[in-house]
Amino acid sequence: MLAKRIIPCLDIKNGSVVKGKRFGNLKYAGNPLELAKRYYGQGADELVFLDINASYEGRKTTLSLVEEIGKNIFIPFTVGGGIQTIKDIRKILNAGADKISINTSAIKNPAIIKKASKQFGSQCIVVAIDAKRNGKNWEVYIEGGRKPTGIDVLQWAKQIEKLGAGEILLTSIDKDGTKEGYDLELTKKVSETINIPVIASGGANNLKSILDVFRKGKADAALAASIFHYKKFSIGQVKKYLLKNKIRVRK
Amino acid sequence: MISIIDYGAGNLKSVKNALDYLKADCRITDKAADIQNADRLILPGDGSFGYMMENLEKKNLITPIKSFIRSGKPFLGICLGLQALFEESEESPGVKGLGIFRGKVVRFQKGKIPQIGWNKIIPAKGNIFREGYVYFVNSYYAVPEDKSVIVSVADYYGDFASAIECKNVLAMQFHPERSGKCGLDILERWLQC
Repeated sequence: MLAKRIIPCLDIKNGSVVKGKRFGNLKYAGNPLELAKRYYGQGADELVFLDINASYEGRKTTLSLVEEIGKNIFIPFTVGGGIQTIKDIRKILNAGADKISINTSAIKNPAIIKKASKQFGSQCIVVAIDAKRNGKNWEVYIEGGRKPTGIDVLQWAKQIEKLGAGEILLTSIDKDGTKEGYDLELTKKVSETINIPVIASGGANNLKSILDVFRKGKADAALAASIFHYKKFSIGQVKKYLLKNKIRVRK
Repeated sequence: MISIIDYGAGNLKSVKNALDYLKADCRITDKAADIQNADRLILPGDGSFGYMMENLEKKNLITPIKSFIRSGKPFLGICLGLQALFEESEESPGVKGLGIFRGKVVRFQKGKIPQIGWNKIIPAKGNIFREGYVYFVNSYYAVPEDKSVIVSVADYYGDFASAIECKNVLAMQFHPERSGKCGLDILERWLQC
């Protein structure tokens, strides 16, 4: 059976890894290639790169970075951020990424999910949802968590699956960078609503929070950034802890 | 020289990156001549069965691939490149595969689909594989008529063929180029045989 995946996430701006809190307050967190190699060496199951550049020049830098990273690590990696067209997707995949992640453009133009899955295969199309709690439900936010859409997260997740996406990367805006633990209720609801894998993101703080997101949140993969960037834990430590708690992981 | 077949989709770059890392001479190509004169041939794969066969046909690559396989030189199929070796797939009814192996490709019936992630392979025979975790991304898997071609299995709500081999043809349902050291070791052993 499948192992649960541990996925470090690198937010990249102007060639550096940065990390914020609740989608703001960015701070320098390292060199992308160095971090990618470190995590590969520690046994990361995948890597996710989110390009948070706004400029064209910045995006070009990210593309050459993708090429460089592909030559050095031999696990799957996903690139997201600012992707709008099929042409953008092709460029990133051609540079060596295995999957792409779309967010805002999927909400604005859901047809791109269908078109991209058909052309490149469902397996390489990840749709990212930035979710914020709104009473008993969760609402989808776009444009880096700045803009509410009025769309319900569970409804959107169902639609994403129907349109052919291969995975959902689910980030809790309320928990992002807070170190309060993942939003377990949100993760569980989404994971049980759809039949494609869910990568939980936002809030990882200690070993138990990662155990919880698998056990209680029913996530297929856990994404984390700060705890790895700032060396609170290595990926090896996380996996050792999970194994001890009877969660299947790749050693 | 190893030729990696470019049929207009797929993660060709990561296959090339892995071979470059192993210092194996390789090129990505869609030319019949490059297939014919290659020492080894790799058919990687992503996307759908129908899309792949349609593109191989459009690029007139089906005959060169079949004659390469008949020549006895080492051939490696990866993921969809394994499935394409069969006669047909539930993914694209009515589309003919390469038909190197008898049998068909069927869809998983249980669990989250696609199967995405690291699964443990259990070698059944041969000396290419070791028990270990490798990276899979698939909604479909091959069911060969002749079970003796299955050289490794994995379990996703039941055992399925994770690799098949017959004479010079080896094919893996997982992505060795994306399976960390375990995958690189498999590729290296293939390059040595």
